[in-house]
Amino acid sequence: MYKTLFDKIWDAHLVAIAEGGQDVLYIDRHFIHEVTSPQAFDGLRARRLPVFRPGQTIATADHNVPTRNQHLPIQELLSRSQVEKLGENCAEFGVELYGLGHPYQGIVHVIGPELGITQPGQTIVCGDSHTSTHGAFGAIAFGIGTSQVEQVLATQCLLLKKPKRMRITVDGHLAPGVLSKDIILYIIAQLGAAGGTGYFVEYAGSAIRALSMEARMTICNMSIEMGARGGLIAPDDITFDYLRGRAFAPESDAFETAVEQWRELYSDPGATFDLEHEFRAENIAPMVTYGTNPGMGIRVNEPIPIAPAPGDSITSFGKSLEYMGFNPGEKLLGKPVRYVFIGSCTNSRIEDLRLVAQFVKGKQKAPGVSAMIVPGSQQVAKQAKAEGLDAVFAAAGFDFREPGCSACLGMNEDKVPAGEYCVSTSNRNFEGRQGPGARTILASPLTAAAVAVAGEIVDVRNWTN
Amino acid sequence: MEKFATIRSTAVPLPIEEVDTDQIIPARFLKATTREGFGDNLFRDWRFHSDGGAKTDFVLNNPLYQGKILVAGKNFGCGSSREHAAWALGDYGFRVVVSSFFADIFKGNALNNGLLPVQVSPAFLHDIFMAIEENPKSQFTVDLENQTFTINASGRSETFPIDPFRKMCLLNGYDDLDFLLSLRDKIEAYELRRKPVPVEETI
Repeated sequence: MYKTLFDKIWDAHLVAIAEGGQDVLYIDRHFIHEVTSPQAFDGLRARRLPVFRPGQTIATADHNVPTRNQHLPIQELLSRSQVEKLGENCAEFGVELYGLGHPYQGIVHVIGPELGITQPGQTIVCGDSHTSTHGAFGAIAFGIGTSQVEQVLATQCLLLKKPKRMRITVDGHLAPGVLSKDIILYIIAQLGAAGGTGYFVEYAGSAIRALSMEARMTICNMSIEMGARGGLIAPDDITFDYLRGRAFAPESDAFETAVEQWRELYSDPGATFDLEHEFRAENIAPMVTYGTNPGMGIRVNEPIPIAPAPGDSITSFGKSLEYMGFNPGEKLLGKPVRYVFIGSCTNSRIEDLRLVAQFVKGKQKAPGVSAMIVPGSQQVAKQAKAEGLDAVFAAAGFDFREPGCSACLGMNEDKVPAGEYCVSTSNRNFEGRQGPGARTILASPLTAAAVAVAGEIVDVRNWTN
Repeated sequence: MEKFATIRSTAVPLPIEEVDTDQIIPARFLKATTREGFGDNLFRDWRFHSDGGAKTDFVLNNPLYQGKILVAGKNFGCGSSREHAAWALGDYGFRVVVSSFFADIFKGNALNNGLLPVQVSPAFLHDIFMAIEENPKSQFTVDLENQTFTINASGRSETFPIDPFRKMCLLNGYDDLDFLLSLRDKIEAYELRRKPVPVEETI
């Protein structure tokens, strides 16, 4: 029988089938962080349970950490207490913690891949919806709630209904100035913020195959923004080359043996999907969002639609535009912007930082613009400094911070003031996501860098040659 | 988990689509390390001004609308996986959320906390909103055993889908963990039989 990549991995992790058709799925890797884990540990204590397989869980502090002076105690008391609680829980239950000050600390979806903990064929979960990021390696990776964090800690398993399978194929060549972030924003704009609900997505096609691992992670990361539980890409030589030599990847002969197994991870020709979508890379341009969900995206040179997408209500469309301070039919090009955020689990990896540095080198941010760059991890920050990127950012007037989730969700002090626009490389433009009243415009790192330099929304294709 | 019995209640209308979990409970209120108290900040930025004063035009601040049932537009609960969204709705006093469409992770989180997501057709959702608009004291009945949602005044009813296992858990107050813990032998047998993955020892 022909199988999709998703089915191959899912079926290999099936422990049992419960009454009512729920699958008991074995979880290989579990990442936890300070925000969605404390109540799960409390649950274990209440039932007097240990962590079943502590070696398969990795913890880090990312959502709630400051991006300045991480060597000092956290100023904000509730944040400090939550981060301290993570430390206490990990110590009590024997879970490895890459906390503040550890050379491996960083955003959970950045460190898993860069350390080689994330590998093809695995099942990976974390109490964070952007766990879909790890799917770029050909893994089944998805976000879970805190009750499920407790279940995985206690049993290394989850009880799940198998999702339907969708394939999104993108063929062709991207134009200069168009990045993988634009691909995924384009797809979500086409399918809508609920277009993937109930599905697990496989991304395929020549435009996807041509992408680096870091660019693939950006695509899989935002699968959840169209409602899909996760997204994955079949591993190939690009994947194996990325993993070779990483801290927790297998070594020498063991690595070659693993590669032999990983090469079997693809959808069989003839395997069927419940739904298929096809797109051409040539139709994709630098994208920006104009509304308050990631499905409300347009090519940067297009006007805002004059009416909601079919099936969406005029009330919600109007409410969204009113929040953003935009009018139907209006163009975004030329709109003044005073905040730029480059970071988050979507776009804070070394390649993102290199692209931004290459663009801003010799340029200066526009007067009055606050441009913040938050690296995804200590490893990314270290590498950026080794390559002199920090000096490039400083010379261009960009503020290069310490690693964390930062202004993507505004849990720490990195917030955008009410009413201000922020062009952000993060993943969500929800109302108040970057701070109460903040207006988020999602874009690629290249577009964000160009906006910081111009002080207004621009088409980055006019700035590259 | 508390057993879920049949509920008769008035309902609170929230005719907005794509209500994301950042609206249900903004990230800055996720710093608590317990499950209680999140109801105070449910829909915080729609409910309160930045100075803490109530926004009188928001439905939760309108005493006309009360009840254990929240009725909302499609794709309710999209966005973040934060279970705090389900805790906040439950802590505030809701036992049921009605919509024409729920985001996956929210739906699972709700069910794991005894909060029932009731998915109805867009036309029936419209009827429910109309019934509340005509009479804010309209009563509704949620019968989990028979999987029906009824507009009491008109007697109109629609059945809603729920996974049989989830239904059994809600009716009996069981949770997934009880079940998974009972499978320990099978889980250990799985670990033994599956092909050794060379990376297993590296962490």
